[in-house]
Amino acid sequence: MAWILDGVAGLHAALVEAGYTVIGPTVRDRAIVLAELESADDLPYGWGVTLEPGGYRIRRRADSAAFAHSAGPQSWKPFLHRPRAKLWDARRTDDGFEVAETREEAPRYAFLGVRPCDLRAIGILDRVLTGDRYRDDAYAARRDGVFIIVVNCTEPGETCFCVSMGTGPGADSGYDLALTEFAGEGRFLVDVGTEAGADLLARIEHRPADPVTETRARAEVDAAAGRMGREMPAEGLRELMAGSLEAARWDDVAGRCLTCGNCTMVCPTCFCTTVEDVTDLTGEHAERWQRWDSCFDLDFSHLQGGSVRTSTKSRYRQWLTHKLGTWHDQFGSSGCVGCGRCIVWCPVGIDLTEEVAALRREGEKSDG
Amino acid sequence: MTAMTPVPYRVTERREETRDTATLVLRPCGAPIPPVRPGQFTMMYAFGVGEAPISVSRTGTVMEQTVRDVGAVSRALAGSAPGRMIGLRGPYGAGWGVEDAVGRDLVFAGGGIGLAPLRPALLYALRRRASYGAITVLIGARTPADLVYRAELDEWRERGARVEVTVDHADDGWRGHVGLITSLVNLVCADPPNATAFVCGPEIMMRFTAEALEAKGLTDVRISLERNMRCGVGWCGHCQLGLRLVCRDGPVVPYRDVASELRVKER
Repeated sequence: MAWILDGVAGLHAALVEAGYTVIGPTVRDRAIVLAELESADDLPYGWGVTLEPGGYRIRRRADSAAFAHSAGPQSWKPFLHRPRAKLWDARRTDDGFEVAETREEAPRYAFLGVRPCDLRAIGILDRVLTGDRYRDDAYAARRDGVFIIVVNCTEPGETCFCVSMGTGPGADSGYDLALTEFAGEGRFLVDVGTEAGADLLARIEHRPADPVTETRARAEVDAAAGRMGREMPAEGLRELMAGSLEAARWDDVAGRCLTCGNCTMVCPTCFCTTVEDVTDLTGEHAERWQRWDSCFDLDFSHLQGGSVRTSTKSRYRQWLTHKLGTWHDQFGSSGCVGCGRCIVWCPVGIDLTEEVAALRREGEKSDG
Repeated sequence: MTAMTPVPYRVTERREETRDTATLVLRPCGAPIPPVRPGQFTMMYAFGVGEAPISVSRTGTVMEQTVRDVGAVSRALAGSAPGRMIGLRGPYGAGWGVEDAVGRDLVFAGGGIGLAPLRPALLYALRRRASYGAITVLIGARTPADLVYRAELDEWRERGARVEVTVDHADDGWRGHVGLITSLVNLVCADPPNATAFVCGPEIMMRFTAEALEAKGLTDVRISLERNMRCGVGWCGHCQLGLRLVCRDGPVVPYRDVASELRVKER
């Protein structure tokens, strides 16, 4: 059963009323970023984006659609897996030291406008950080109880390839509510995913969707699947990565890659961190901080005697073969959801779909 | 308590092994970390300096860790005087599995400080000497002065192990072997199909030793990988070697499973 919602102002108000901090897209510094929305008016009505390898521009749309833009520079990752967080404090005592763990009151978030690709990315982070023997409690505390409102994608960007990765453009589970926007009409089709979603919907004005409207919404999402700006066939990707470790293409991409790590920062699933132990000037007080780290950093693989991966080639190879290949072995899925952020935010426009295609061609040539 | 919080331990004794390496005897200040299996490691914390993954060099009621001074953290740890408090997290990783190798001939091959994680497995087997076949210990060190556990080697021999030591550079007093550890492989007494080998040392040493043992006919050769680690619990991503997170899927792995990855430069 689907419903119709006239605008999302009531939805936003109900979320705030229910005690949520609402995070969603808004225009800031000429980009569509994710930030706290004071009201539904903060949504980027009438803004779209133009994307290309190494390029991102917002542009005015002819209509007033709120969600007719694809991925911006952020994913939902920073809200769940903090870029920098204190793990504990320690102070010197007479017979040694004493450790006090950092206790954080986890915010109660509602995520408004999660793309299906990004929803899958959150699921991947869940598996990495909480799905194994050791659970990242800080992540879990932030993740538990996030109210998720998906907006199905009807406006894929030039660098999108969720269809190849099987993550979009529509979401079929993992959300509390899922919206499909009728661009420019101010109306949304609503699907309910959970009881919490149903409860929230019950608090705001909505009406049953007529079959014609529902069919039209589904057709819009289906049509979006045919308008992906990129493709990267998933079949055989894992084997391609495993079999390409000595490919010549790595030298080619290493000639362009700056090892800046932007791709890992914008990636919604890159989870790597490091810890930093710091002290104050007295030496009586120490802290441990965890912060995002990147496999492109030279120190990332440092061992006594030097780093394992010193060349650019080996670091790009580590990133790509992990993301598309060994991630399966480690965490049971691909690490890529096809959002295209790494293509857009690469300062030299390295496009992983192009790199994969080149590796495929090279593999076929050497097979033949 | 979270997985990232160190458990306080006290250094009760410190034995200088070489000019840069010391063995610390450790006792918990309160509740201990869970029991350690031979081959596992802990994340050792020096207050105000930082944390490093260090293998456990004696398991059981008396716990020991042998630390070589190669950086700020290991220097602070290796220099810890008796009475000093340090922090431990763990134990982490897969052990050698010596417990499951009952009835087999055992080969231990340690290069330099690589002997440290092998020691608890060797001591485990020597305590149950009758349960194992022939036991050979091959040790390689740069010079006689770089040899760790030197005072214990005769005891290991008395308890039924063949112990062979080689050094890269001899000094005037040295009467033993000189050369690479691989040159000792022909001294191994083992029935190859019924033998398990445990190899630890610099990566290049492990590769050549494992290859030499395989050439001799051994099929069960296990090595202990070393990679950068920032957490020990599978979150930080630093310790990857191909499809493995070394902290979680290692550090001990069958050599055959990683031989091809180790041949790839900078993997």
